[in-house]
Amino acid sequence: MNEPMIRITALGKRYGELKAVDNLDLTIDKGEVFGLLGPNGAGKSTTILMLLGLTEPSQGGVRVCGFDPTRQPLEVKKRVGYLPDDVGFYDDRSGLENLLFTAQLNRIPKAEALLRAAQLLDQVGLTADAQKRAGAYSRGMRQRLGLADVLIKNPPIIILDEPTLGIDPQGVREFLDLIVRLSKEQGITVLLSSHHLHQVQQVCDRVGLFVGGRLIADGNIDALSTKLFTKEPFMIEAGVSGAASGSLDNHDIDTLTGLFRDMPDVSSVSYTGELFRIACTRDQTAAVARTVITHGYSLNLLQKKRYGLDEIYHRYFENGGTYGKTA
Amino acid sequence: MAKLLDGRAASSIRAIRTSAARELRITAARVIKLLPRTAHGPLTTRPKHPFWVIVSKEMADHIRSWRFIILLALIALTCFGSLYTALNSIGTPKAAGTRGNASFFFLQLFTATDGTLPSFTVFLNFLGPLLGIAMGFDAVNSELNRGTLSRLLSQPIHRDYLLNAKCIASLFVIAGLFLALTLVTTGLGLLFIGIPPTPAEFLRLLAFTLLTIIYVGFWLNIAILFSVRFRQPATSALTAIAVWLFLTVFYPILIRLVAKAFAPDTSSMAVFGPTISGSERTVLDLLRFAPGQLYSDATTTLLMPVVRSLGPLSMDQVAGAIPNPLPVGESIIIVWPQLTGLIAAAIACFALSYRSFMRKEIRPR
Repeated sequence: MNEPMIRITALGKRYGELKAVDNLDLTIDKGEVFGLLGPNGAGKSTTILMLLGLTEPSQGGVRVCGFDPTRQPLEVKKRVGYLPDDVGFYDDRSGLENLLFTAQLNRIPKAEALLRAAQLLDQVGLTADAQKRAGAYSRGMRQRLGLADVLIKNPPIIILDEPTLGIDPQGVREFLDLIVRLSKEQGITVLLSSHHLHQVQQVCDRVGLFVGGRLIADGNIDALSTKLFTKEPFMIEAGVSGAASGSLDNHDIDTLTGLFRDMPDVSSVSYTGELFRIACTRDQTAAVARTVITHGYSLNLLQKKRYGLDEIYHRYFENGGTYGKTA
Repeated sequence: MAKLLDGRAASSIRAIRTSAARELRITAARVIKLLPRTAHGPLTTRPKHPFWVIVSKEMADHIRSWRFIILLALIALTCFGSLYTALNSIGTPKAAGTRGNASFFFLQLFTATDGTLPSFTVFLNFLGPLLGIAMGFDAVNSELNRGTLSRLLSQPIHRDYLLNAKCIASLFVIAGLFLALTLVTTGLGLLFIGIPPTPAEFLRLLAFTLLTIIYVGFWLNIAILFSVRFRQPATSALTAIAVWLFLTVFYPILIRLVAKAFAPDTSSMAVFGPTISGSERTVLDLLRFAPGQLYSDATTTLLMPVVRSLGPLSMDQVAGAIPNPLPVGESIIIVWPQLTGLIAAAIACFALSYRSFMRKEIRPR
């Protein structure tokens, strides 16, 4: 029981010179919703393909439910439901027929398959369209049918690769809610890859940050922000105006910057866009307010920012991986 | 007002949805009730093996596809057209009266022609490859492009099931088609000429059908190979057609050209019979690298029992031979190399596509 559902050790995949996945270690426990977060081309899909045995790892090992996907692909595929991004169906068959075909491939007896298909179509809200040709389905409908298709074999693990790409916001929310509900109700382990941080933040118990083929950090959102911003976990924004004239001149700005910098636990101060940004290692909001007031300025705005995934994301992905190498 | 309408629409949609769900459930329940009594046996019977699930799906896909229907119509048309010309030529005493063939009257339905249209076998030699290519050129890459391949391969099936099933399903369809065509032609011929085929003739016809299936199977496998190698179905179709054109049209021309350059000068007295027949034999052997040549060799021998050799014969060999038809077994022995050659070529193509498919990385589109 203590065996994790997915265990990845020192996994690597090269395409010629390019290291798509580099020395990846990761374990995912039963019933977890794990989010694999990373920009395009970070190696998320490649990792997933290796989990399914659809491509061979260059080094390292994968165990899914205790099985090796390259040696025992059938045992793994029996237990894993995989929803690729932009899943395809046989367009000239109806949604129901597509589901039944998958069920047959999993050796589910016909009667049981019909029942399960009807149930799942109901769950994903496609009952009315069950007899329609899959070719006439919209993107969102196809993705929901894909989820039903994944679930028809009753897998303990489902792997979703960018499942929400190209669905409208309302559809995304419903889709993610459905996944979370299923995971909680039936104890399904979910591995979800995405480059949409908000969606990941919304549904995942644990997140792994994936950049340039490496896993930089993993944990829940709080753990991530403390892990990644150990130096300066707090950011205080302060809007200040002069007591008399209203606006600040250069002299005022310099004095205030100096004052803030002299406070304990403050690591950096900057002034941009009419706002002071004060990064500090401990919560210094009250001290900042006091400093401003006692020096005769008025405080218009004071807010404490916690680092969310947004900042983590920007920091790692949009700075072009320079941090990724040092982390 | 609009709100009211919206509410109504929503409730009616909900009603439709729940009613559809109920209907589905009722259908499922009915199916369960029916199952123990139908041929499927009780519910506990083992479900179909996944391999045969794919095979039956592929066959259904082929039979439903427009491409197949069009080709079927084309082949049926030419088949009846050539049957008509054959009947015309058989009607004239000149053709019917030619020596040993007279006793194999029925087989002439497939080989004779009055000159307006090619005979049945020549047509098949030409259209068979087209059928094979049409059935195979998008076998794998269309699944890849539709995004169904990664979904399919993430099911608990071995990877080679897909390729094997596609090949087998197409072969089944081809076999069914040609068996039906040959039998229909036989039946129609029977109606028109009123002479039933002898058992030997019937055996020859069956052997001919088998040969045709193998021949088309070879082209099918070439097309499947290209469908694994090329991502675009158009590229793979074009490549397959290019190979077909080269082998049927340009290859013989090329061989003849080269042969002409190297052939011994027949005008000089220094050359004797054996040399000429030797070079002629080399040319024939080279020509036989083209599957179309193998097929036409084999059909000629099978359907014209008087043909007793496929190479040049010297006068010594012919001297004293009685122009009698060969028994079926002997004819089959003559075409045996052709038959094995075609099978081997088909298997080689399949092995190549197998190899490259098993090592392929399956990415979603």
